[in-house]
Amino acid sequence: MSVLNIMQIAGSALTAQSARLNAVASNLANADSVAGPDGRPYRARQVVFEAAPSDTPGAVGVRVSGVVEDTSPPRLAYDPKNPAADDKGYVAMPNVNVVEEMVNMISASRSYQANAELMNTAKQLALRTLAIGQ
Amino acid sequence: MVDAVRDPLQFHAQALALRAQRQQLLASNIANADTPHYKARDFDFRQALANAQGTGSAPPALARSAPAHLPGKGPEAPVAAMLYRTERQGSVDGNTVDLDVERAAFAENAIHYEANIGFINAYLRMLQTAIQGQ
Repeated sequence: MSVLNIMQIAGSALTAQSARLNAVASNLANADSVAGPDGRPYRARQVVFEAAPSDTPGAVGVRVSGVVEDTSPPRLAYDPKNPAADDKGYVAMPNVNVVEEMVNMISASRSYQANAELMNTAKQLALRTLAIGQ
Repeated sequence: MVDAVRDPLQFHAQALALRAQRQQLLASNIANADTPHYKARDFDFRQALANAQGTGSAPPALARSAPAHLPGKGPEAPVAAMLYRTERQGSVDGNTVDLDVERAAFAENAIHYEANIGFINAYLRMLQTAIQGQ
């Protein structure tokens, strides 16, 4: 029943969007982490989406093809009292852009909602189909 | 007699299958609303239903110069020709999914799908009434 394929498509989108939300959460949580596990300032992470074709033509899900680190230079903050400051008194802060991350979060949650609604509609249609002739 | 019962059912079944296929396609579009370079797709329902009914254009046949030649037939055209959606507003990442358009089409297609199920149910009820003779 091809209506049930919609469940898989929408499910793949839910997984992908929640991975994106996860990345946003970790970026926002680490917006002020001066040192990461490697001793260097935290770098923002972004997930990259990719269409995932299935064996049914026309049914294209979505998957996360990778997580990339933002290569922009760290934000420099003047704070000479900080132990991580360099000899000129600047501290390298993470290159997380909080405004961009908030926008990303809103976009991801809207897409998540749209796909959750897709699932509801598909479920309703599948149930109606099963009730044919009753 | 059997044909008279079967034909209307077959018509509705074909329409239902195409509706399900289109629903799946629209779900793929919505799922890939954030995938870079994804192109939204759709098909012309009227054309696809005509093709499924066999009233669309027939595949081209080979010319025969002798009666002993085997009748060659061109490849069967797919029932639903996949088209690309014309985008209204371009986006920077090359994605052509307009979430509003897709969601509206998804909701509309869901209503048509349910209407189709309603037709099948009504037809089956009518048959039952005829058989029971009440």
